[in-house]
Amino acid sequence: MPAKIFPTAVCATFLLAACASDQDGDGINDRYEPMNRRVHDFNRGVDANLVKPLSSGMSGGDGKGEGVGSRAVEVVGNFGENLALPGKAVNHLLQGKPAPAVRTTFRFLVNSSLGLAGFLDPAGKDFALPEEDTDFGQTLAVWGVGEGAYLELPLIGPSTERDAVGRLVDLVIDPTRQWLNRDEYLISLGTRVVSKAGERGRFSDSVDSILHESADSYAQTRLIWMQHRRHELGEEGDYIDPYAE
Amino acid sequence: MTLMPNETRRGFLGLIGAGLVAVTAAPAWALNTDEARALIQKSLDEVYAVINSGQPPAQMFKTFEAIFARYADVDIIARSALGPAARQAGAAEFAAYKQAFQGYIGRKYGKRFREFIGSKIEVTGAKKVKSFYAVTSVAYLKGRSPMEVEWHVSDKSGQSRYFNIIIEGVNMLASERAEVGAMLAKRGGDIAALTADLEKAG
Repeated sequence: MPAKIFPTAVCATFLLAACASDQDGDGINDRYEPMNRRVHDFNRGVDANLVKPLSSGMSGGDGKGEGVGSRAVEVVGNFGENLALPGKAVNHLLQGKPAPAVRTTFRFLVNSSLGLAGFLDPAGKDFALPEEDTDFGQTLAVWGVGEGAYLELPLIGPSTERDAVGRLVDLVIDPTRQWLNRDEYLISLGTRVVSKAGERGRFSDSVDSILHESADSYAQTRLIWMQHRRHELGEEGDYIDPYAE
Repeated sequence: MTLMPNETRRGFLGLIGAGLVAVTAAPAWALNTDEARALIQKSLDEVYAVINSGQPPAQMFKTFEAIFARYADVDIIARSALGPAARQAGAAEFAAYKQAFQGYIGRKYGKRFREFIGSKIEVTGAKKVKSFYAVTSVAYLKGRSPMEVEWHVSDKSGQSRYFNIIIEGVNMLASERAEVGAMLAKRGGDIAALTADLEKAG
């Protein structure tokens, strides 16, 4: 049944794209809402049936994130995140911010050498070089590209039109693609997935609350993700003053 | 941009948990930045005392609810979460809803107390914003990069109370508006039915 409805819904969604933006009055353009909701249901199913059971095992199974499994996930996650650093340095540069680009490069060099190819994080722990996260979506924002409509992507989760383009570009401009052979590169992408799954385990109560206990988990996910992303990019809206309403 | 280096998108997953600290604030007289700041400091001390008390969770949730009721402006938070429907609600109907809402908040945010064991939150400053005060703090949770937590404090209710908490940009009032709005829509706008659902939720 869903197999038949889904393509129809996708077509209908694009036809209707011009109508209905920001119906909820929360400043989010969600013109693909019907399609996004279908993707959300799919993602929620993947989380409940696959990611949640796997990640609770990885974090030691007790939800407290203290087990041996949790330690292993942290180490593998460090390795994946270290390999993402050159791409971040490139984005800092593209945003016209040489200082974080230099710090990110030093972080990569320290963790790749003293941190045993990135499995450990001496740069963050001993050299005051914490990760300074960025991506090409942020670069586009700095360049003045608008956010576009909200999107929920299969397996990846919440995004916007601007951030979805950013993700693709990040894959292309990632310098490690030139340095690693194809197998090494795929392994590095795999370890980044492990680090995400590890987060799912550590924050399981919060994720469950949003994905599996909310009256409208789609709307909660959309709102929370958008607010956080806008905060990260310095694009937040105005304060709420309930006394003035 | 964020105040502190942000360790990947980790922020998104854990930040809702920080809402737990939503639970307190102490009374004060006419409000200024020092008092707003002291209010939040006191509230944090009380919440951490409960978290570290080792009470059974069910009892903890009740204590969190009591602290929330004492020190947050529950009336304006509940009213804002209900949206335009609050204006049509009768006094008794609203009071019952507000009571249920308060219990729901105590359970929903209280449930995340485990994420706060071994953590600390430092109050870093306070400033006047429009007609209220914004108190800034930084939360240090285990295994996470520090998070900015901002508290909005007002004395418009006649007493100094907080009415919103913003964790790395995510706003408690806005999320509860969306959540309660969705619950009300499911009940076709019936506030009594929403109240019954809230008593079980969280």
